[in-house]
Amino acid sequence: MDWSATLNSIVAAAAPLILATIGETISEKSGVINLSLEGSLRLSAMVGFVAAFWAGHALVGFAAAMLVGALIATIIAFGNIKLKINQIALGFVLYLLAVELASFLGDPFVGERGEQVPPLPIPGLSEIPFIGKVLFDHNLVVYGSFLAVFATWYLFYRTRAGLTIHGIGERPEGAFARGIPVNRLRFVYTVIGGALVGLAGAAYSLDVKLGWRETLTLNLGWIALAIVIFGSWHPVRVALGCYLFGALQVAAFQLQDVFPGVAQVLPIAPFPLMILALVMIYAGWFVRLGDRWPRARGWLLVEPPGAIGTIFERE
Amino acid sequence: MKTRTEFHPLPTILSVLAALVVSVFLLWLTGAPPFEAAGLMLEGAFGSADKIANTLLAWTPLVLASAGLVVTFAAGMWNIGVEGQIVMGAIAASFVAREVPGEAWLVVPLTLVAGVVGGSLWAMLAGVLRTKGHVNEIFGGLGLDFVAAGVAVYLVIGPWSREGTASTSGTDIFREEAWLPTTTMFGTEMPLLAVTLALTATVAVYYLLRGTRFGLRLKAVGQSPRSAFLMGIPNDRYILYAFAVGGALAGIAGAVQATGYHHKLVPSVSGGYGFLGILVVLLAGFSAKWIVPIALFFVTVSVGSTTMELRLGLDSAFGGVLQAVIVLFVMFGTAYATERRRRSKAWSSDP
Amino acid sequence: MALALTDIHKHFGAVRANDGVTVSIEPGSLHGILGENGAGKSTLMKVLSGFIEADSGRIVLDGQPLDLNSPADAIAAGIGMLHQDPLVFLPFTVLDNFLLGTPGPARLDRISGSSELARMSAELGFDFDPLQPVRSLTVGERQQLEITRLLWLGAKVLILDEPTTGISAIQREQLFSVLRQLAADGLIVLFVSHKLEEIEELCNSVTVMRAGQVVGAAEMPIAPAELVAMMFGKVIEEPGRPEPMAGSEMLSMTGVEVTAGTANMTNLDLTISAGEVVGLAGLEGSGQRAFLDTLAGLIPAQKGRITLDGIDLTDLSYRDHMDSGVHYLPAGRLEEGLVAGLTIEEHVALTTRDQPFFLDWEAATATAEASIEGFNVKGVAENTAESLSGGNQQRLLLSLMPEQLRLLLMEHPTRGLDIESAEYIWSKILTRRESGTAIVFASADLDELLTYSDRIFVFFSGELIKVLDAAISDGEELGYLIGGRERS
Repeated sequence: MDWSATLNSIVAAAAPLILATIGETISEKSGVINLSLEGSLRLSAMVGFVAAFWAGHALVGFAAAMLVGALIATIIAFGNIKLKINQIALGFVLYLLAVELASFLGDPFVGERGEQVPPLPIPGLSEIPFIGKVLFDHNLVVYGSFLAVFATWYLFYRTRAGLTIHGIGERPEGAFARGIPVNRLRFVYTVIGGALVGLAGAAYSLDVKLGWRETLTLNLGWIALAIVIFGSWHPVRVALGCYLFGALQVAAFQLQDVFPGVAQVLPIAPFPLMILALVMIYAGWFVRLGDRWPRARGWLLVEPPGAIGTIFERE
Repeated sequence: MKTRTEFHPLPTILSVLAALVVSVFLLWLTGAPPFEAAGLMLEGAFGSADKIANTLLAWTPLVLASAGLVVTFAAGMWNIGVEGQIVMGAIAASFVAREVPGEAWLVVPLTLVAGVVGGSLWAMLAGVLRTKGHVNEIFGGLGLDFVAAGVAVYLVIGPWSREGTASTSGTDIFREEAWLPTTTMFGTEMPLLAVTLALTATVAVYYLLRGTRFGLRLKAVGQSPRSAFLMGIPNDRYILYAFAVGGALAGIAGAVQATGYHHKLVPSVSGGYGFLGILVVLLAGFSAKWIVPIALFFVTVSVGSTTMELRLGLDSAFGGVLQAVIVLFVMFGTAYATERRRRSKAWSSDP
Repeated sequence: MALALTDIHKHFGAVRANDGVTVSIEPGSLHGILGENGAGKSTLMKVLSGFIEADSGRIVLDGQPLDLNSPADAIAAGIGMLHQDPLVFLPFTVLDNFLLGTPGPARLDRISGSSELARMSAELGFDFDPLQPVRSLTVGERQQLEITRLLWLGAKVLILDEPTTGISAIQREQLFSVLRQLAADGLIVLFVSHKLEEIEELCNSVTVMRAGQVVGAAEMPIAPAELVAMMFGKVIEEPGRPEPMAGSEMLSMTGVEVTAGTANMTNLDLTISAGEVVGLAGLEGSGQRAFLDTLAGLIPAQKGRITLDGIDLTDLSYRDHMDSGVHYLPAGRLEEGLVAGLTIEEHVALTTRDQPFFLDWEAATATAEASIEGFNVKGVAENTAESLSGGNQQRLLLSLMPEQLRLLLMEHPTRGLDIESAEYIWSKILTRRESGTAIVFASADLDELLTYSDRIFVFFSGELIKVLDAAISDGEELGYLIGGRERS
C-alpha cells in the first residue's frame, strides 16, 4: 500500500473542509455561529464554478465564491449584531435560501466542464521522500489550507488581536469595558469566516470535485459545524478533525471495492459518525480522562467560547 | 432562544412586499415573465377541483409538521430532525400498509398510528441524544435526518423494491384498502380526512400550549430551564415529551404522504415539509394561530412552482427561493421594527 | 488635575437615574459617593467610565472637556473603573487577563508582559502567579488584578463600585492602604458605596446621592447622623434585631460530608430549630453555597444523615426536598427564580400545587391579584416578570412560596435592593417563623447577617469554621472570620 499516495489524497481531500472549518472557527470564536455553512458552501461553489466558467480562469471563480461567502456572512452579522435576530434562526433560513438559490441558478450549468486548479508541486521540497509527497506535492488550494490553519493559530495565540477575539467571544461586556469595539470586531470576524467558507466552496467545484451539481458538497457543511465543536474551537485540533474525517472518507472509498454496498451508505455514513463523535466528547468517561492526564486536558475537553451565540448589547 | 410570540402586522406586510419585489427581479433575471409566472402559480394551485384537492393534500403534511414544531419550539428546541421524523412515520405507515391485512376501517387507522409511533420514537431518539448525550438537538436531529433518508433509500431499493427493478422511484403501490380515504366532491377526490387531521392537530396544539399545565410548564422549560428546574419541573422529561408530541405529528404527516399522496414509499417522501415547516413557524411567530394560512400560502408557492417549471422551464427550486426570501425579509422587517420601537422608548424623555 | 461633572442627566424610560448631578473633586482625593441602592451612584459611574452615555451634562477633567461615548474614550482620558463584580475573563490566565485590551504591538509578547505584571503588582503590594486561571482567584484577588491593570494603563481617576462586598477584612485593609497611597500620589479615587462606616474610615470628602440627585457634599469628617439624614432624607431607625422565635428541633445533620466544588466539610453535626434564622457567612467560594445546595437537595450529601422534622432527606432529590417542605430562593431572581417572559398569573398557575391538567385561569388570576395586594407588588397580573423591578420580583417570588414550609433557603435575599424594599422583604420572611419554618440564608452583607440571624455559620476555605451567636458578635469579628482570621 502506497502510504504516501494515500496520505497525499487525504490531505488534498480535506483541504476544502479545512478552509470551511477554520473560517467557522474564527467566526464562532468571536461569538457568532454561521449555521448557513452548508448553504454558503453550495452557493459559493456554484457561483465560483460559473464565474470561472465565464471568465475562463479559476482565480476569478475563487474571488467570486469568496464574495458570496462573505456576503452571506454579512447578512448574518448585520441581522444578528445590528437587529438582534437570533443567529440560529437567521442561519437556518439563509441555509435554505442559499441551497435553493444554488439549485435554481445553477441548473443550467450542471454537467458542464469548467476550470480547474492546476497542480503545483513545490520544487525541491516535493522530492523529499515520503514527506515531500504528502505535504508538498499539491496545489494552491491545499497550500492555502495549510496557511489558514497556521495563520489562525498564530492569530489566536500569539497576537493581541487574537487575545481580543478570545475576549469578545468569552465575555463581551468585559471586553467592552476595556474599550474594545465588540460588535464591530464580531462583524469583521464573521465576514472573514464567511469569506473562507466561500473559498472552500470554490475548492469543491474547481478543485476537489470539479463541476457543479446539487450533491456536490454532500452536506459536509453540517459536518464542518460539528468538527468545530469537536475541535473545541482550536485551529489545530479542528484541522486534525478534518484530516481524521478525510482519512475515514478515503478508507470508505477504498472499501467500496471490497463491500459493494458501501457506495450507497457513503453519503449517509458521516452523520451517525458525527453523532457518535459528539456523544463521545461530552461523555463522562471521556471527560474524566482529562483528570487523569492534566497535560492532555487542552486536547480532550470541549470548552466553548462563553458568550457564543449571544447578542451583545451595551446597556 | 426567544420563542415568545410577537406578531407585527405592518412590518410583516411591508417585508412580504419587498420580498415579492426581489422575487420578481429574480424572475426577470432568468427571463421569465413575472405576472404570467404568478398567474401560473395560482392556476397550478387552484385552477381546477383536482388541483385544489392536490393543494390541500400538500397543505396537510405541512400543517401537521408545523404544529409539531410549535410544540418543540415551545420547549426551546430546534427540532431540525423533523424531516427524519416525517420519513420514519412514512416508513412505519408503509410497513403497515404492506404487511397488515384487512379492510380499510382497520388498516387506515393503523397506518396513522404507525406514523405516530415511527415519528415519535425517532424524535425521542434526538431528544435522548440531547438530554443524556448532551448532543445539541440540531446535530442530533440532522444526523438522524440523514440516517432516516438512508433507511428509506435502502428499503426502496432493497427489501421493498419492486419486482425486477431496484429503482429509486419507489415501492409497489399500496393496495387500495391502505390508502388514506378521500371523499368524492366537485368531481374530484377531496382529502377531507387529511384536512381534518391537520386542523384538529392545529387546534389541539393551540389549546395544549395555552390552556394546560403541561403547555405552561413546557414554555417555562423552553424559556428558562434553570428556573423551571428550581420550580420542580423535570426539564429533561418535558423536553422528551415535546419531542414525542412533535415527532408524533411529523409522523402523521409522513403517514399522510405515504398513504394519502404517493400511495407508496419513495425516498423523497418527506417532500421537504419538515424544513418548510420551520419556515412556517418562524413566520408565524412560533404560535399555532397563524400556521394554517401561512402554510396554505407556502403550499401554493410550492405546488405552483412545479407548474411554472412545466410551462416556463423554470427550475422549481424557485418556489423554495421565494419562500426563504419572504421569511428572511419578514425576519429583518420585524426585527427592524422592534429595534426602532426599543430605541425610541429608551430615548423618550417622558418620565 | 481636578474632575468636574456638571448637571448630568440620564434617564431609562420613565426612571430618572441621574437628575442634574453636579460633583467636583480635587486631585489627590479619596472621594466617597454615598447613597442607598437605587440612588443613582452606579449610573453616574457608568456615565463617567463611558459605559453609558449621559443625556446631557458636561464632564471636565484637568481642564479638558471630555466626550465619553464609550469605555475606550474613558480609558484614553485616564479614567478606570473597577466593577463590583470585576469583569474578568474566568477561563483565561492572570497574565492574559492583564494583557487583554492593552495597547501594544500586534505580536503579543507574553514574557515582557509577565515582567510588567510582576513589576506593577509589586509596587502595589500584590502578588500573582501569571499562569493561574483567574477563575481560581477570590473576588478580592481579582480586584487586585484589575487595579493593577488599570494603573498600568495609566489611570488618573480610579472608580471603585462597591468594592468591599465579598472580600475579607484583611483584603479590605490591603485595599484601603493601596487606595490611600494612590491618593497620596495625586490620583483621584472615587469610592462608591452604601456603607457609611467605610466612607467614614477611608474618604476625605463625600458626595451623597438620593433618588438620582445630589443631596449633599462635604469634607470629612462629618457627623454620621448628618450623612444618614442626607442619605435617607428622614430619620431612619436601624432595624432592630427581631425577637428570636426558635422552637423545637427542625433540621438535624449528623456526620454529614459536603465535598462538592470548593467545599470540603466533613463530620457536620448541626441542628437548626423551627423558627430559627441561620445566616451563612463567607467569601464567595468558601463553601456556604455548597452547604445551602446540600440542604436544598441540589447536591447529594456524601455520608451522614439529614433529617427534617423527622423525615429522612439524605439522598433525596431536589424535587423530593420540595415535596418535604423545603423551598429554595435563588440569588438570580430573573434568571433562576422566575421565567422572564411569563406573566404573574402564569407564574401563579405554574407554582400552584395540584393544578389540574386543564388550567383554571380564573383561579390563577384571582390568586395573582391577591398576591399582588398582599405583597405590595407594583404591577398587574398580566405583567411579565421581566417588566418588574428587582424589589417587586423578589416580592413576587415570596408570594409564590407554598403556605406550609419547614425549611426556607435563600441565597442573597436582598442583593441590590434599597433599604425600604429590603426591610419589607425581611418582614415578610420573618412572618414565616410563626408557623415554625426554619430559615437559612447566605449573604455577603455582614449587616444583614448580624441583624436578622439568630446564629451565623461562618465558612472559610471550604469549611465551616465557626458558629456565632449573632446577638453577641459584631461586624469587625465577622469581617475577620470570613477572611480566615480571628480578630486579634
